[in-house]
Amino acid sequence: MIVSFSLNGSPASGRVERPISLLDFLRDELKAIGSKSACDQGECGSCSVILDGVVVCSCLVMAADVEGSTVTTVEGLESEGTLSAVQQAMHEAGAVQCGFCTPGIVVAATDLFSHNSSPTTREIKEALAGNICRCTGYGAIIRAFETLAGEST
Amino acid sequence: MEVHHPTSLPDALRAVAAGATPLAGGTDLMVEINFGHALPDHVVGLRRVEELNSWEDSRIGAGVTWRRIDEKGPTALAEAARTVGSPQIRNAGTIGGNVATASPAGDGLPFLAAVDASIELVSPTSTRHLLWSDFFVGVKQTAKAPDELIVAIQLPERLPSRQAFGKVGSRNAMVIATVGCVVTRDDDGKTTVALGSVAPTPIRAFRAEEMISAETSPSESALFEFQRLVSEDVRPITDHRSTEEYRRHAAGVLARRLLERCLR
Repeated sequence: MIVSFSLNGSPASGRVERPISLLDFLRDELKAIGSKSACDQGECGSCSVILDGVVVCSCLVMAADVEGSTVTTVEGLESEGTLSAVQQAMHEAGAVQCGFCTPGIVVAATDLFSHNSSPTTREIKEALAGNICRCTGYGAIIRAFETLAGEST
Repeated sequence: MEVHHPTSLPDALRAVAAGATPLAGGTDLMVEINFGHALPDHVVGLRRVEELNSWEDSRIGAGVTWRRIDEKGPTALAEAARTVGSPQIRNAGTIGGNVATASPAGDGLPFLAAVDASIELVSPTSTRHLLWSDFFVGVKQTAKAPDELIVAIQLPERLPSRQAFGKVGSRNAMVIATVGCVVTRDDDGKTTVALGSVAPTPIRAFRAEEMISAETSPSESALFEFQRLVSEDVRPITDHRSTEEYRRHAAGVLARRLLERCLR
């Protein structure tokens, strides 16, 4: 079957012959490799995308089931070369080590700030509970978003 | 591969009866597929079916996500919802999927057992309501017929006034329960205690319930007798997550602490 959906504001479509995940479809068929593939079981959060307004693990979404949906990946967050507020906050706080978890963290934090502009530290930690940083660089990541939360108050 | 995206329940039921694999939040099915344990070639996506997403009082549509239950569910079910996976998992995973998978560790299942919930099963030609204890028959095994779809979870109209959920695991977030437990206590003292991850299905500890329901103001020794009876009644195994001995001990301690929370 052909699956068609909105990807980062543009129409996207492709042929799906097997029950592959949205993550594999994005990376292998559409060559959108910002979302990372690691655990394939929703444990690590590195594949996080926003599907119809909520953050989900794209490895747990069947590509064939996004027909007609709206998907935002990390590639859709910057605007003409300008980083989003969440991306800029991580950049300034040095909240990136190896970078593998970064796209998922950026997407999860974008979801958080889209409905809570000044989250508490606890709320930041809970929003990122499904995103693992194997460099264990959580300190700088949390500080980046504490700073961003403070700017909006 | 054949995939359906029905928006109406009758269309979804026809697809299921024709052999399509139901896909709700995907948090269980996609793991099976990603690891090569399942390869469905006929799938029905359920997330667009309005009736499955509806929630009217005591009838919770099977497609209601953990996020929605966390926001507005009954006390102990909302507490359980909050411990399901991560925000990403709670946005996708559904109560119907939890019931369908029927894992002994399903976070929503002890609540359903504690309040005697029923599972509404519908096929193109029939509707039936199975009490939780008739529905869950073994590890990941249910009494659902192949042509039936889990459409809703029916809770009693009136729920016990005090309810508490607790879960023991190795960390706070993203953890599969070593022991899960719900204790309820009503104004007349009637107490229920249901546990997960300590038997092939969710179970009730009836002897402990009977003993503590008769105590209007339980003494310290009554509380510890309650704990002992719960520990005696569970049937845990040793696996990669814990040992039989630890689960047995933790089940009793957790149940007693939740009872104390209900008594406050």
